[in-house]
Amino acid sequence: MQTPGDLDFSRRGVLAGGASVAAVTVVPSGAVAAPGKAAAPAPPTAMVAFDVNGTRRELELDTRTTLLDALREHLQLTGTKKGCDHGQCGACTVIVDGRRINSCLTLAVMHDGESITTIEGLGTPDKMHPMQDAFVEHDGYQCGYCTPGQICSAVAVLDEIKAGIPSHVTADLTKAPKLTASEMRERMSGNICRCGAYSNIIDAMTDVAGVKA
Amino acid sequence: MKSFTYERVETPAAATAAFAKVKGARFIAGGTNLLDLMKLEIETPAHLIDVSRLALDKIEATTDGGLRIGAMVRNTDLASDPRVRRDYGLLSRALVAGASGQLRNKATTAGNLLQRTRCPYFYDTNMPCNKRKPGSGCAAIGGFSRLHAIVGASDACIATHPSDMAVAMRALDARVETVDATGKERTVALADFYRAPGTTPHLDTVLAPGELITAVTLPKPVGGTHIYQKVRDRASYAFALISVAAIVQKDGSGGVALGGVGYKPWRVEAADAELPRGAKAVTAKLLAGAKPSHENAYKLPLVERTLAEVLAQARG
Repeated sequence: MQTPGDLDFSRRGVLAGGASVAAVTVVPSGAVAAPGKAAAPAPPTAMVAFDVNGTRRELELDTRTTLLDALREHLQLTGTKKGCDHGQCGACTVIVDGRRINSCLTLAVMHDGESITTIEGLGTPDKMHPMQDAFVEHDGYQCGYCTPGQICSAVAVLDEIKAGIPSHVTADLTKAPKLTASEMRERMSGNICRCGAYSNIIDAMTDVAGVKA
Repeated sequence: MKSFTYERVETPAAATAAFAKVKGARFIAGGTNLLDLMKLEIETPAHLIDVSRLALDKIEATTDGGLRIGAMVRNTDLASDPRVRRDYGLLSRALVAGASGQLRNKATTAGNLLQRTRCPYFYDTNMPCNKRKPGSGCAAIGGFSRLHAIVGASDACIATHPSDMAVAMRALDARVETVDATGKERTVALADFYRAPGTTPHLDTVLAPGELITAVTLPKPVGGTHIYQKVRDRASYAFALISVAAIVQKDGSGGVALGGVGYKPWRVEAADAELPRGAKAVTAKLLAGAKPSHENAYKLPLVERTLAEVLAQARG
């Protein structure tokens, strides 16, 4: 199977070949480089080692590789989705050292030594995480594309409320936030669902949190 | 994205030394804004110096009763700190009004201050933008300017600064501590930190190349009622159209800073003095000399009405 990386490489090869052909027209004969050999030097790479879903992984990556692309293209963990690739949709949400982040807005090489949990690490088809079960039970999705990000975020949101982290809707900053639907809705605003499954997502979270909506 | 070399440093001195060594270097911490701009090739660093693991992640009491917030303190941690919640509620409120939970977990204190404008023309590389490409013109002037500045702008740029955190810090009289490549430290009041666009809108701040923010300090708590009121196009996860950060004392005195109206958090001393006289008087001083476009003239009454609501809330 051709990977997107291969496609990218081929396109770059074609462009480089084209550039060298163009160069031929202005370079005196005898100084002609073989087509395709005039490509720019290979992009810088760096080594990174991190723990993904309990397994240590070591990669040598183009420094430009986002954590999202490292997971999807290099570790074949395609559960984490690329939506906007600009931190606006939340489809790429993963949990790093216990905190949810947008994996599209961070470089893989910056995560050396850290522990990453993706949707594949939360549960498996045989042994689903309670949040995955609840999403199925409450129909917390339609097309499903945003779902891995929604579930990673939802799991982290409940932990954030438990840890006492305040939100925009927390009434009293000096008290612990409450496990309410309003708190959960506000905290989930970084995860967009074009199908509009929001109310069912809150029902699933409410179920897992063990509170009445 | 343009390719770049990468190194991680352990100390501020190593960070500034690394900057001096490689042409086209940039510091990266949370990366949530810089990496986004690199994808669009608006930022094209040749070398990234990862400062995210510098030991500047503490919030400490200062000798004069204030707080020193390390440059690498994440927005979530700053908003959650018990001292901040108790004594600088305005800051906590502004932080949780900004971005999303995911972004606040990555974004740092220094990075938040240094984030770049969200002017759509700055992001659209097909359009002229003096901030992105000096001398290319400003597409926002005469373009869609609903989101843009009404005060402090120039003929070259009408972009606003997008931070919520900075607006609260301005109302709290924050100061920014830095170190440069020679090891020289300095402190800049946040009031003097951002540069007016003038004819050089590509320069956002007074920082010299390679100068690293190490901390933000807050003076000792001033008490009062702290309110951060943000008006935006949706209820959560959107930049401010305008925002009001206010500290109001029992006698009606206090301080007010605005977000979403200019290139920096907007505060005017003469306007603070008008606080006991109400929103209309304060707004008149705050926005004196405002030059709105027909698309953002709505921000003038919006500021006054939001401030009126804030003052009503403060009175209880």
